Amino acid sequence: MTPNTNAPKEQLVYAEILFYGCWTGIVIMIVTYFLYVSGLINPHVSMELVTKYWSLPVHDYLVENNVPIGWGWLNLITKGDFINFIGIALLAGLTILCFIYLTFAYYKQKDMKFAIISFLEVLTLCLAASGIIGGGAH
Amino acid sequence: MKPNTWKLALAGALAVVAMTALAWAAESSGVGTEAAAQLAAAGAKSALPWWAWPGILLVFCFILGIIAVLAGVGGGVLFVPLVSGFFPFHLDFVRGAGLLVALAGALAAGPGLLKRNLASLRLALPVALIASSCAIVGAFLGLALPTNVVQICLGSTIIFIAALLLFSKNTARPVVTKQDAIGLALGIHGAYIEPASGEIVEWKTHRTLWGLLLFILIGIMAGMFGLGAGWANVPVLNLMMGVPLKVAVGTSKFLLSITDTSAAWVYLNQGCVIPLMAIPSIVGLMAGSFVGVRILAVAKPSFIRYMVIGVLLFSGVKALLKGLGI
Repeated sequence: MTPNTNAPKEQLVYAEILFYGCWTGIVIMIVTYFLYVSGLINPHVSMELVTKYWSLPVHDYLVENNVPIGWGWLNLITKGDFINFIGIALLAGLTILCFIYLTFAYYKQKDMKFAIISFLEVLTLCLAASGIIGGGAH
Repeated sequence: MKPNTWKLALAGALAVVAMTALAWAAESSGVGTEAAAQLAAAGAKSALPWWAWPGILLVFCFILGIIAVLAGVGGGVLFVPLVSGFFPFHLDFVRGAGLLVALAGALAAGPGLLKRNLASLRLALPVALIASSCAIVGAFLGLALPTNVVQICLGSTIIFIAALLLFSKNTARPVVTKQDAIGLALGIHGAYIEPASGEIVEWKTHRTLWGLLLFILIGIMAGMFGLGAGWANVPVLNLMMGVPLKVAVGTSKFLLSITDTSAAWVYLNQGCVIPLMAIPSIVGLMAGSFVGVRILAVAKPSFIRYMVIGVLLFSGVKALLKGLGI
C-alpha cells in the first residue's frame, strides 16, 4: 500500500489559522509602530526616557518609567508605545487559538491521547499568558 | 545519535552546570558590580538620538537574518549574544526581543512546513507540551537569576552551540529498524515526497522517551536565554529519535512557535518587551530571512557557516567575560 504523504486535515487547518493570524499580526505591528515613532500617538514613556533607561534591569526600568506589568498594558492601549502590544499579543496568542482548534479536532476524531495533549498545551499556554504565575524579575 | 555527539552534548551540559556554579560563587563573593555600573550609566543620556536606534537595529537585524538563513541557524541564536554584546540594552530586554524574533520567524515559516508535511503535528505535539511548560520554568529562572549568572550561562551555552555546529554530523535519513512503544502508542510516524527524486520517504521514531526527556532541558534553556532552540531540537529529533533531517528541521522550526510562545508570554508579562527596540528587530530579521532564502540558491553556505561559528565563539566568550566581570 502506498503511504499517505498528504498532511492530515487538522494540520492543514492549523496552517491556515497560522498563516492568516501571523501576517495580520505582523501588519498590525508595523502600522502601530509607525503611529508610535511618527509621534501621531503620544507614548506613555517618552523616547528619551526609553533610551535613557533601557540599559537597566527590567525591574528598575519599570519603576523609573511607571510601566505596568502583566495585562496592565491594556489600560494604556491608547498610548503610542502600548498600542504596539496589540500585534505582539496577537502573535503570541495565535498558538493558543490553534491548540483550541486541535483539541476539538482530535476529540471529534476520538483520538483522545492527542485531544488531551492539545488541551494540556492550551492550559500551559494560557497559564503563561495569564500572568498568574509571577516571577521575581530583577 | 553518534557516540561522539553524545559525549559532546554531555560535556556541554556539564560545562553549563559548572559555569553556573562558578557564577554563583562569583556573585556571592561580590564580583558582580554590573547593577551599580548600570545605575550610574543610566543617568547619562545616549550619545545617539532615539530615532537612530530603530534604524541601526533594523539594518543590523536585516543582515543578521540573511546570515542566519545562509548558516542554517535560527535568528534568536545570533540575535541574543550579538545584540546583548554590542548594543546598550539590558539582557532582560534582549532576551524578550530575542524570543519574539524567534517566535515571529517560526510562525511565518509554520504554514508552509505544515502544508508540505515537512513539519509533523503528531511529532511536535508531545514534544511541545514538555518543551513549552519547561520554557516557562526557564523564563522565570532567567528573570530571577542575577544578570551576571545568566550572562555566564549564556556565554557557555553559545560556545557549546558553536562546538555543536562544528562537530555534529546530522544524518539525512537515520535507520530506524523498530519503532519503540511510546512512538507506536502515539502514532508518531509519517511520509513525505523527496522533491529532488520524487521518492516517498517513510519515517518513524525510536528512543522516543529519551528524546522527550531531553526536551525538558531544551525548554528550560530556550526560556532562560530567549535563544529559540532549533540548534538543540534538530540533533535530538534527528540523531536521537531517528527522524529524517528534513522533517527534523521542519518540525523543529514549527516547534519554536509553540515553545517560544510560552516563554514570550512570561517575558511580556514581566515587562521585558520594549516595542521601540523589539519591533525593528523582528521586522529586520524577517526581511533578512526572506532575502537570505533567495541568496541561498546561489551562495556557498559552507563559508558562511564557519563564519557564524566564529562569530558565535567570539560572542560567547564576550558574554562569558562580561558575566565574570572581566
